[in-house]
Amino acid sequence: MTRTRRATTGIIALALAGIIFVIPFVFIGLQAGKSRTEAAMLAFSLPKAWLFWDNFVAVVTARDYQLLLAFFNSSLITVLSVAALVVLSAMVGYVMQRRPSAVTGLAQIFLLVGLMMPPAVVPTIGLLQSIGLFKTMTGMILIQIAYNLSFSTMLYRAFIATIPRDLDEAARIDGAKPRQIFFRVILPLLKPVTVTNIVVQSIAIFNDFTGPLYYLPGRDNVTVQLTLYNFQSAYATQYNLLFMNILLVTIPPLIVFIFFNRQIVAGMTAGAVKG
Amino acid sequence: MPRLHKDKMRTDIMARIAQTISRSDSKATAETPDITERTAAGGETTRRRRPSPYPHWFLLPAAIIYTVLFLVPTATSFWYSMTRWDLKTATFIGFENFHQFFSEPFLVQGLVNTLIYAALTSAMKTVCGLGLAVLLTSDIVARGLLRAIVFFPVLVSTIGVGIAFTVMMHPTRGVFNVALASVGVAGPGWLTDPALALFSVALVDLWKGVGLATLIFIAGLSAISPDYYEAARIDGATRLQQFRRITLPLVRPATVTVVTLSLIGGLRSFDLIWAMTRGGPGFASDVIASVIYKQYQAGFYGLSTAGNVILFLLISVIILPLTVWFQRREVEQ
Repeated sequence: MTRTRRATTGIIALALAGIIFVIPFVFIGLQAGKSRTEAAMLAFSLPKAWLFWDNFVAVVTARDYQLLLAFFNSSLITVLSVAALVVLSAMVGYVMQRRPSAVTGLAQIFLLVGLMMPPAVVPTIGLLQSIGLFKTMTGMILIQIAYNLSFSTMLYRAFIATIPRDLDEAARIDGAKPRQIFFRVILPLLKPVTVTNIVVQSIAIFNDFTGPLYYLPGRDNVTVQLTLYNFQSAYATQYNLLFMNILLVTIPPLIVFIFFNRQIVAGMTAGAVKG
Repeated sequence: MPRLHKDKMRTDIMARIAQTISRSDSKATAETPDITERTAAGGETTRRRRPSPYPHWFLLPAAIIYTVLFLVPTATSFWYSMTRWDLKTATFIGFENFHQFFSEPFLVQGLVNTLIYAALTSAMKTVCGLGLAVLLTSDIVARGLLRAIVFFPVLVSTIGVGIAFTVMMHPTRGVFNVALASVGVAGPGWLTDPALALFSVALVDLWKGVGLATLIFIAGLSAISPDYYEAARIDGATRLQQFRRITLPLVRPATVTVVTLSLIGGLRSFDLIWAMTRGGPGFASDVIASVIYKQYQAGFYGLSTAGNVILFLLISVIILPLTVWFQRREVEQ
């Protein structure tokens, strides 16, 4: 009795979830395989002829291989800013958790501000211009570090609280300097939370649209999310290519999700509950 | 204050290290930092002073980036919001930008829309998230798969989702209205009807964001001991009573998190609205964040920054009292 009920609830839920959450993705996939005129009809139907490969080539080669450049730019921004975030916020989280002082108290307040508040965009642009970092990859990377620092630090601080202080003291008594204690003893122990952090931040930065829109305009600096936005107006009548582009942008998070499901879940809930 | 803290920390550590040493010895070592501290203040060499194993300079690299690129612009935004500004010269004009913000009907609508959008998405995510979490923690088949399906949209590009749903919400050919027509209902102009556009975007926001709320609620629900439910069942409580008397009160921390997070997200929301309607039709779905972008594009930098300051104040005025209120309720319970 309970067995059948368990099965029926599950099947009904699966059917509903299928309709609500999966159909939009199926729609994206179908549109991406259609011809131009067929895609313009916007119907939820199988393509008469699968033009998947043709559309893929068309999108990749469009505008002088802009999409490849965009994938390169987005990956570069993501990798460099996440690498910096891991080291910098682990250091901040470590000192904040270990040493209650006026300085770390102030840092705590600023972190909360960073979690809540929207960045003041135009003053940031003015400032970036005055130090020559506007429209540069360096500027964009530094902005991503600044904007994601709070969340990243919160993750580390919460995790470091579970590492016993005795370890630091043992290393200290053995004559290790603070720098050595952190990089040789503490940082290797942070591996689980670092994996979580890398995965969560990578997805957030890769998917960021507002940042590049404001701070990184220009054709050479185009990022993946901006190609979508640009193609939206340029391909107003070429829905097949537009949807192929959406499909290509959706694949990296999907791959990451399949491999790092558990880490993502840990990061999202830990950060959320503590934050 | 800072020095007191520092000294206390230092003596703590000293005391621990000196556990094996006799009592009078530890007292003597504990006094040394005081002396060196005084000589340091007097300008003499600090070499003898034992530094904390957790040096403050660890904060420095992060602090420089964060201060220059986040805190300074935030602080200066208050000044620029009171100027006419072309990124080079700023002319002080007092509260004129704010006056304009609250007198131009389309700007006021942006403000009202922001509040509606934030309240609506937050409420929907909380209710649907809790509902889904209860379902996905109950004993059903394919639970893991269902969780993954509900959560995946959170990770997908907002712009991609926005474009896909804009197409599906096409008034005549879109999937939504074709499906409605097949059962004999004339579908609305989801994004073309000014009265409906904002709500349609909010619905897509729910679709994309409910997975995160569900995830947080699942974490909250898993922390509730099954003993409570067992005891309630023995006492003859119905499912509904169990939900109201056990689940709801005990899942409160998760609820607070979901409400706060989704409110902040809703107030700041930009990507989805911009991808789907660009604030239109007319100004029907404009929110503060889209107004900020539009004024920036139009070259009204002072006005745009005033929008930023208003958003800053709005979030402070809503989130801070809410947090205090949540905490007080917690203490009372």
